[in-house]
Amino acid sequence: MIEAQNVRFSYPNKVEALKSVSLTINDGEFVAIMGQNGAGKSTFVKHFNGLLKPSQGTVRVDGVETTKTSVATLARNVGFVFQNPDHQLFSETVEDEISFALKNFGFEQEVIKKRIDWALNLLSLTQYRKTSPFLLSGGERKRVALASVLAWDPQTLILDEPTIGQDHEQKEKLRQFIMQMQTQKKTVVIVTHDVEFVAECNPRVVLMKEGKIVADGVGKEILTDPALLELSSIVLPQIAQLFTKLSPLGFPKDVIDIYEAKEIILKAKESRRQE
Amino acid sequence: MAIIEIKNLTYTYPGATKPSINDVSLKVDKGEFVLITGPSGCGKTSLCRCFNGLVPHFYQGELKGEVTVAGIDTLKHHTYEMAKHVGLVFQNPENQLFALSIEKDVAFGLENNGVNREVMRKKVDWALHQTGIYDLRERSPHEISGGQQQRVAIAAVLAMEPEIIVLDEPTSFLDPLSAAKIFEVIYKLNKESGITVILVEHRLDLTAKYTNHLIVMDEGKICFEGDPRQILSTEETRLMGVGIPKATLLFQMLKKEGFDLSGKTPLSSDELADELLEAFKQ
Amino acid sequence: MSVFDGLRFRKVYSPIHNLDPRIKFIYVIAIFVVAIIFYQIIPLLVLFVMQIPFVLLARVQRQWLRSLRGAAFLAAFIFIINVATTYFTSNYTLTAANIESSAAMTLRFVVLVESFSVFFLTTSPDHLGLALEESRVPYEFAFAFTTAVRFVPVLAEEAQTIMDAQKARGLELEKGGLLRRIRNYVPVLIPLIVSSIRRSLELAEAMESRAWGATKKRTNLYLLKLHKGDYALLTFTTVILVLAVYVRYFSPIVIPAITQFLPL
Repeated sequence: MIEAQNVRFSYPNKVEALKSVSLTINDGEFVAIMGQNGAGKSTFVKHFNGLLKPSQGTVRVDGVETTKTSVATLARNVGFVFQNPDHQLFSETVEDEISFALKNFGFEQEVIKKRIDWALNLLSLTQYRKTSPFLLSGGERKRVALASVLAWDPQTLILDEPTIGQDHEQKEKLRQFIMQMQTQKKTVVIVTHDVEFVAECNPRVVLMKEGKIVADGVGKEILTDPALLELSSIVLPQIAQLFTKLSPLGFPKDVIDIYEAKEIILKAKESRRQE
Repeated sequence: MAIIEIKNLTYTYPGATKPSINDVSLKVDKGEFVLITGPSGCGKTSLCRCFNGLVPHFYQGELKGEVTVAGIDTLKHHTYEMAKHVGLVFQNPENQLFALSIEKDVAFGLENNGVNREVMRKKVDWALHQTGIYDLRERSPHEISGGQQQRVAIAAVLAMEPEIIVLDEPTSFLDPLSAAKIFEVIYKLNKESGITVILVEHRLDLTAKYTNHLIVMDEGKICFEGDPRQILSTEETRLMGVGIPKATLLFQMLKKEGFDLSGKTPLSSDELADELLEAFKQ
Repeated sequence: MSVFDGLRFRKVYSPIHNLDPRIKFIYVIAIFVVAIIFYQIIPLLVLFVMQIPFVLLARVQRQWLRSLRGAAFLAAFIFIINVATTYFTSNYTLTAANIESSAAMTLRFVVLVESFSVFFLTTSPDHLGLALEESRVPYEFAFAFTTAVRFVPVLAEEAQTIMDAQKARGLELEKGGLLRRIRNYVPVLIPLIVSSIRRSLELAEAMESRAWGATKKRTNLYLLKLHKGDYALLTFTTVILVLAVYVRYFSPIVIPAITQFLPL
């Protein structure tokens, strides 16, 4: 469980990036933290594994205050996958890359071997076990970075802008992967500005603007509130755009899913036909 | 009148086992707005680099076939000669800007061509105005946002007044709002200045409406080419993993369940909304 | 990373910053020459004090004092070596005059270092790059310089991100003895280097696409014009140089040592 209470944070150059932010994320939740560039999203999530410590206020992970423990200890339960995999990859083989964190955390050889096999399999990387990560394509490198974090099986997974540079199919696979993590009761936090992706996942959405949380709730409700979205400089998802225009027909406004949209339209057509 | 003609192009990177571009032929007319899409690795990025000669001059490798851009055979001319006719804007905003001030960056191409200072000043200012960043001209690239950086890259290319601008996934790193702004700039350049535009993109919901010449690539080949309204309605395109606009998908889904809206296939939520409102009026 | 903070130029505008870097450089070379031709402490003191109005006008006192502090250690070292050498080579005698001449040597070192420091503190990288471009230095060199400076903050940020990413995988940079600590930085250095190589390739592509190498006669958007202040500094520099050479080699004036006046 992650609890942030009245967190204030300023960078060394005196810019105040977080202005009293409070948030609680329970185990097993799926949360999308959204907002414009510079809203403070990445700054905020870096408090969850202790990379940043609050200037004021507290952040507690599983009851332990982050200021009272090290990043390495927190990382054991909070895995953080950065946006650019090239900022992590450095080993000679994919296998070595995955074992890096496991060795840091002091896992035993036997366990390490098993974990590597598991992670490779989970992300369809088994055939690249002995390949140099630098020779793989962009999408494959992203999977290696993800595998190297999953390997130690943290309870919480934080993904920073996971959809950048991905094509449609890769995003779909990512979505399914997150669903899989959810079934295993893992906590997943994504930082993103990709409204379409969030609309397809429909998680809890936390909207940030200029270092503050301006909204926190059900994805459907937040992503279809034009006033809120305009405030945080976020675009409406495509289906929501459609239904905003269809309000003269009396359709509900909080629709972001394409299948739900289809049902509503077909039902309306049926009822009109019957009139 | 064709401004780009590619005949049977096949290209293999040095050391690669199979070609990245496999027997591609294509024609682009002057003033067109062409949209190229396809799953990762389909060859669209390599194709972009063929337009100004980076392939094969910068990347070496094996190139077969003919590539003629603005009447020039790219195989027989240096990239710096091509630069006068075709400008290339890349994915990563940060790595395209090397000067310490914006306007110096925009002037770079002109400086390289030995353009006289007064003329250069005029062209730089024009390009800055066209992309809406004139006020930023004395800032350094690190101080501005990604969206603004990409506009600088576009201005830098524009200053050389090429007939063609090629943009390779220019909004990959940008948020949807900044991306939309970039597309507006590009569309305006095409419509008002008649510059031929070739845009490689995944975000079809934002870009399909600008074009009537869509090219879908996969595995180095052109799979579909033509009117986006037709191409994006097919099952095959959807199965390829192309990011079809939700409006188009919904239109197809409704049709399958018996609700045929009988208008043209929509490419955006607005178009679909109009059609639905029409249909429900009766 | 605070190491890079010093290289990040703060846009300060002062009359000194606006001076043409080429003229400033000539001034610094002149100071260099004068500092070398004199070995007495009085002219060196004059040289040192001459820097101060420039520092104050340019409002870079704090940074200048900081660089002085940096040079202090080496200066003290030079002083001690000088004194020791004189002591041991003159049959263990040490006069006030000896100490004064050692102090003069130390001061010469400080003046040399400080004049360059003032130059760099009052010249923005843009200005410096421009001066390089306008001088006979080949364009590739000037370009490499400005591009490098342009990417320093980018690299600094990237280094921080990489360290964060690896810390988030359990890397503890501060742990272990010296050897272990050096090895700890491998997962930080390799991504940084690889990323830099990738960046260079992308930059090269962009450069080629914008007509790099089109002609040998490159033009420049900016023009460094010499203003009144530059001519004033040039005149001042020439006067100092001529005066110094005259006093040192051609005039009968003998510069006294300060110790002559002290009642020792």
